[in-house]
Amino acid sequence: MRTRKITPWLYITPAVFLLTFFLIYPSIYTTYISLFNYNSEKFVGIKNYLYCFTNEIMLTSFRNNALWVIVFVPLTVFLGLIIAVLVDRVKYESIIKSLIFMPMAISFVGAGVIWKFVYDYRPASAAQTGILNAIRAALNLEPLPWLIQKPWLNNLCLIMVGVWIWTGFCMVILSASYKSIPRELLEAARVDGANEFKIFWKIILPLMKPTLAVVATTMIINVLKVFDIVYVMTNGNFNTEVIANRMYKEMFIFRNYGRASAIAVILLVLIIPMIIINIQRFREQEAIR
Amino acid sequence: MMKKLISTFSKVPLNLVIIIIALIWILPSVGLLVTSFRPSADVAASGWWTIFEHPFNFTWHTLENYQEVIVKIGIGKAFLNSLLITIPATIIPILIASFAAYAFAWMEFPGRRLLFIILVGLLVVPLQMTMIPVLRIFNKLGMAGTFPGIWLAHTGYGLPLIIYLLYNFISGLPSELFDSSSIDGATSFQIFFKVVIPLSVPALASVTIFQFLWVWNDLLVALVYLGGTPAVAPLTVRISALVGSYGQDWELLTAAAFVSMVLPLVLFLGLQRYFVRGILAGSVKG
Repeated sequence: MRTRKITPWLYITPAVFLLTFFLIYPSIYTTYISLFNYNSEKFVGIKNYLYCFTNEIMLTSFRNNALWVIVFVPLTVFLGLIIAVLVDRVKYESIIKSLIFMPMAISFVGAGVIWKFVYDYRPASAAQTGILNAIRAALNLEPLPWLIQKPWLNNLCLIMVGVWIWTGFCMVILSASYKSIPRELLEAARVDGANEFKIFWKIILPLMKPTLAVVATTMIINVLKVFDIVYVMTNGNFNTEVIANRMYKEMFIFRNYGRASAIAVILLVLIIPMIIINIQRFREQEAIR
Repeated sequence: MMKKLISTFSKVPLNLVIIIIALIWILPSVGLLVTSFRPSADVAASGWWTIFEHPFNFTWHTLENYQEVIVKIGIGKAFLNSLLITIPATIIPILIASFAAYAFAWMEFPGRRLLFIILVGLLVVPLQMTMIPVLRIFNKLGMAGTFPGIWLAHTGYGLPLIIYLLYNFISGLPSELFDSSSIDGATSFQIFFKVVIPLSVPALASVTIFQFLWVWNDLLVALVYLGGTPAVAPLTVRISALVGSYGQDWELLTAAAFVSMVLPLVLFLGLQRYFVRGILAGSVKG
């Protein structure tokens, strides 16, 4: 297309300006002030980073984010895949998929309220109004303080809320990829006598590997940034702290901009491998074009 | 006939598994909806599922909870704030992104490729990296705690994904379109408005839903740039504050939460197709 030299810049300047103002410049500046004290007046070197790697709550946050990655990522991807494959075989597929996908439409805050109620805890003498403890009561078990009991139960309960929200996302993408596998391929394997499990492991999984990788990286990025669920449900109490919530607290409650910036930088560094993977994938796609 | 019967029966376990999964997924939300209509004394005394013990008795429900949260607790005001935040914060970035996506897709200019690779990198930069500097500038300019401030912030943060999705779509339009319109003497602006925009309606619909839901459901950006003042706070901020102060008043919390979900759910159910299409375009490109 013939255009004057300046024309493209007319189109992209507003976007470039806003991206620079809201993302690029602040990221550089945050890295810079992470080397300064709480009000950015005194240079302190790597002191804020030392704090991050020695402070007990920070270490708990790292541990919890690691737990999120280890539990949440495989679970959402696995459940998403299983559901996608299972519902493909029934006629009411679209209704089930809508149901599982629906939590994606609502806010994490709304999801937090929904699940806080599910996890509601009252002393054994009172009527249980949270459904989980009501089930335990029906089985003659003591009610459990789901969101308070450290260190695993409460963290796992928070992670389940994440799983409830994101499984639908994984399912939608994996379902599209599953449906693109030629049916004749699966039929041929069946004719050759392969059972359904073998077909799943030997044909479906290998063919879906690239999509599974995309979904898994997206989930890892989500989990590293997890904030809302923890903020609403426990606010990081009872050893459920995560990196993003800690950053928020350092910024707004303790007003320590040096430490908050250092935490943000660490979060970015953890995400950088994902950024590189994304860019590589983009280049490959461009090469195919 | 016999064969059909057997295959139907062999599908019983499959159907059972699927229905159990679906029930687990929907049950927590049913609990929320039911509780939001129950009188507060009932909510404290018994579980929400007890209403199904008398399925034809509909006297259990009340609208008082909604009245209380919307009028007295100010969730109505928060709903309005959410709308006032979300609508401009959806339109502005999509407008700016369409221009940029078109230029990236169909114009040659130095640095195009590098700029686009930077954009792909920006897709996942954690917002935490940007908040302190932006907030400092907002404070200086008096934009912290104002709607224009948060509109701009959501525009900046939303641009990478919106440009990326629109670019994927617009770059896939057939090149003859641009050649022939160019020959007719059309300027690039005319091509943009008369060819690109009308043809991109499905992609624009996808990104509109995406951005709308993202802004409507956002908590972090609103907390940081708007704060909790009821005059400007959106639903997410107000409700997360209620969770702290009304901890055990489940009938109120659930009603407030449901108010915040109505609009996203309507959008979702009505436009699910575009939502799914957007997700697919953003992750796996065919």
